[in-house]
Amino acid sequence: MIYMDNSATSHLDPEVLREMEPFLKEEFGNASTFYSLGRNARKALEIARENVAALIGASPQEIIFTSGGTESDNMAIKGTAYKWKSKGKHIITSVIEHPAVRETCKYLETQGFEVTYLPVYEEGIVSVSDVEAAIRDDTILITIMHANNEIGTIQPIAEIGKIAREKGIYFHSDAVQSVGKIPVDVIELNVDLLSISAHKLNGPKGIGALYVRKGIILEPLIHGGGHERGIRPGTENVPSIVGLGKACSLASTHMDENIAYLTQLRDSLINGILENIEESYLNGDRNNRLPNNAHFRFTGIEGESLVLHLDSKNIAASTGSACSSKNLEPSHVLMALGLEEVAAHGSLRLTLGKENKPEDIPYTITSIKEAVETLRKLSPLWCSAENL
Amino acid sequence: MYTDKVMDHFSNPRNVGDIPDASGEGTVGNPTCGDLMTIYIKVKDDVIEDIKFKTFGCGAAIATSSMVTELAMGKNVDEALKITRNDVADALEGLPPVKMHCSNLAADALQAAIEDYKKKQAEKE
Ligand SMILES: Cc1ncc(COP(=O)(O)O)c(C=O)c1O
Repeated sequence: MIYMDNSATSHLDPEVLREMEPFLKEEFGNASTFYSLGRNARKALEIARENVAALIGASPQEIIFTSGGTESDNMAIKGTAYKWKSKGKHIITSVIEHPAVRETCKYLETQGFEVTYLPVYEEGIVSVSDVEAAIRDDTILITIMHANNEIGTIQPIAEIGKIAREKGIYFHSDAVQSVGKIPVDVIELNVDLLSISAHKLNGPKGIGALYVRKGIILEPLIHGGGHERGIRPGTENVPSIVGLGKACSLASTHMDENIAYLTQLRDSLINGILENIEESYLNGDRNNRLPNNAHFRFTGIEGESLVLHLDSKNIAASTGSACSSKNLEPSHVLMALGLEEVAAHGSLRLTLGKENKPEDIPYTITSIKEAVETLRKLSPLWCSAENL
Repeated sequence: MYTDKVMDHFSNPRNVGDIPDASGEGTVGNPTCGDLMTIYIKVKDDVIEDIKFKTFGCGAAIATSSMVTELAMGKNVDEALKITRNDVADALEGLPPVKMHCSNLAADALQAAIEDYKKKQAEKE
């Protein structure tokens, strides 16, 4: 199979698995105990914390382990809202956030908070001046994602962070899609809070971290023992944390080569599709996007059908289109780009990984071309396009 | 999430195309869900002699269109008019719940085509 859905999840790197194995077997100790078994677990945990911190330019004490990106987002947003509600009840976010952020903000609206959802422009990027204009005296949090999970566009986080810092407003960024794929430095980005998820960077599922800058205070969402400085109690998931740490150190070591390799594959894929398939378009900015993200739309066809045809050719890809998911509306991200509903439904996301080979690209282009042509023969919309 | 029967009709759709001198034609759709389908029928002595479809939509939309053409082919128009959305879903051995409402429009398109045919007949008389 050619796996091109790395933004959904990625395969567990064998080196990561090897690092985790002892902690799933003989090294099963509770990291809070004082005998050697427990101390071994504690040591492994702290090494992992250092590796996560090193990848994003943080110090280890600023890393809190969580159950993944969704929890990190919830912890950052609700933790800020609950802690600082006496200071103000206004939150700023964007219309292209992942549901982990969007639904959390929507929930807070039912709890008396006010949320401003900033638009994006055609290329899928939030405007810094919009952020500045949205700030009010009672704004307590700005949360804007680093790289978008559908179209891969990269947001101007450093500039937004600079404004937030000047105004003393907490600034959170969901960096689940960018960490490990492009350089992420919390100092350069001026963030106070940053979400990470292991399974997007060849680590295990169900584990992540939240960067909490020194001096930032959150209300804990769950209560229990004093683990993770009391912000996130619960016996630590040592094997998965070790896996996250290893995934981060591998990502850090191979960052430059991965970026160069993936950018080359991505660009030949994008050029091949746009040159060979009529009425095919790229969604999102051509350059200011993740090195592994290619997101297309094709006139006259629907995305889920395309994904099913590609599956029969052993290519795993995904669609921003709704029919694939639980609700049937077109993707909120594509609608935010100003696309018509029918056009938004004709989309395909290919997110590459380092296991993809250069020879996969021409096969993928040919397969997509065949599938698009097959579906267009069935499509009443394509006929009318031809007749115009 | 799709049955083998759905995948069969999706991968090898029956009766694709249009009928230039169709006796009736029906289009239904919902762009929000990303589905649009047209059914063409050729009727002789009130029997559906030929039926074809064109569909823009997801796997379920294409499979239900294909299935409804099979169910209606050769039937008397009044009999064909009785084919329901549930009949189409049952013939496909079921559809995912989320698709039952949105992408299961093929029976409606068939009905629209038959109504169109009947209207044209009435105009002739
Ligand atoms: C941008 C973004 N944020 C958050 C998440 C949620 O992460 P997790 O699956 O670890 O809960 C994802 C993954 O789907 C994502 O792409």
